[in-house]
Amino acid sequence: MKDFQFHRPTTVAEAVALMAGKDGAKFLSGGQSLLPVLKLDLAEPTDLISLTGIAELREIRVDGQALVIGALVTHDAVARSADVRKHIPGLAALAGGIGDPQVRNRGTLGGSVAHADPSADYPAAILALGATVHTNLRKIDAEEFFTGLFESALAPGELVTAVSFPIPKRAAYAKFAHRASKYALVGVMVALTSSGVRVAVTGAGAKVFRVSAMEDALTKGFVPEALSGITVSADDLNGDAEASAEFRAHLIGVMAKRAVAACQ
Amino acid sequence: MPTITLRVNRKNHTVECANSSLLVDVLREQLRLTGTHVGCDTSQCGACTVHVDGHSVKSCTMLAVEAQDAEITTIEGLADGNTLHPMQAAFQECHGLQCGFCTSGMVMSTTELVSRNPDPSEPEIRHWLEGNLCRCTGYHNIVRAVQTCARGSRGGTP
Repeated sequence: MKDFQFHRPTTVAEAVALMAGKDGAKFLSGGQSLLPVLKLDLAEPTDLISLTGIAELREIRVDGQALVIGALVTHDAVARSADVRKHIPGLAALAGGIGDPQVRNRGTLGGSVAHADPSADYPAAILALGATVHTNLRKIDAEEFFTGLFESALAPGELVTAVSFPIPKRAAYAKFAHRASKYALVGVMVALTSSGVRVAVTGAGAKVFRVSAMEDALTKGFVPEALSGITVSADDLNGDAEASAEFRAHLIGVMAKRAVAACQ
Repeated sequence: MPTITLRVNRKNHTVECANSSLLVDVLREQLRLTGTHVGCDTSQCGACTVHVDGHSVKSCTMLAVEAQDAEITTIEGLADGNTLHPMQAAFQECHGLQCGFCTSGMVMSTTELVSRNPDPSEPEIRHWLEGNLCRCTGYHNIVRAVQTCARGSRGGTP
């Protein structure tokens, strides 16, 4: 790994100021995605700006009809939070299934969101729940946030500060995980919200996406059987040594049914 | 090169290391605490697991500079003198190891599980062990060791 300057600010303002004018700098959160990238020399930042000293980003709070989770909250803290378990138990369960205990102890919501890994679990929750990503500059709707393979709407130097999840009536996530990494080969989050049913799929394509045919079917009847006979085309799906595109297309149907069943 | 102070096994150590130094490398190469192992170096196997403020962490996936101000415990810090930690004793009793390469990581990880959940079920133990790979035992005796330790720490007969 190439060496870099290391900074440890204690406020968002300080972190953003440190980033200004440093084209080669990166924010470092829990490091569970970024450090493996650096170890493979896939990125060579000149500066790492560690966010772990910023206490203001560690808060979980209920704000009206939404649950607002700070960017620095670890997956383990989301999984164990009494507020998350009470208001969106499906989100707590999703967080408790990310990676493994050691990864959940370090990895953070903001880091995962900013990394925009196409196989990460959180993007499914963000899109299915219609969440809003808060940054130091603005608020970005779920629909606009994930733009492609490891690409998001974040501008260079823009910092994710929190994610606001509207509290659904019911929601659950089902994942077919990679055996070693626990990343989603296919993960499906189904949410019954006040504005309708939303089905979001991660792991299968270049970025998280919704399946409108499933949403329409579940609007007529929110039971697993409603999804029988609905197929998803394998055309634009990922195929690799772990799973072909056709297998992923099949898994979307299976995981969606399991998620709906878990909502009952 | 920057100088940092790490608190490891209840003692402060001041070391010179690059900003890019991984915690595991400082522990092994500079502090000579070689009980923490490097298996995969790709954040999957868990052989390098140590405790940082009581939480199990893969020390190959954490910068040493990030561990300043934290209380770090390695496998060398678990035993009380010549008395093994109950989890170490349970691994010995249940034959929860063969080659032993993964064992220090297994012990560090599972001590956190039992501190959180004094009565873990077998599925809970197996779910927890997803961060630790063993290529010898098939995990059965590791699960038994964790159950044995948990029973002992609840005051029952190990």
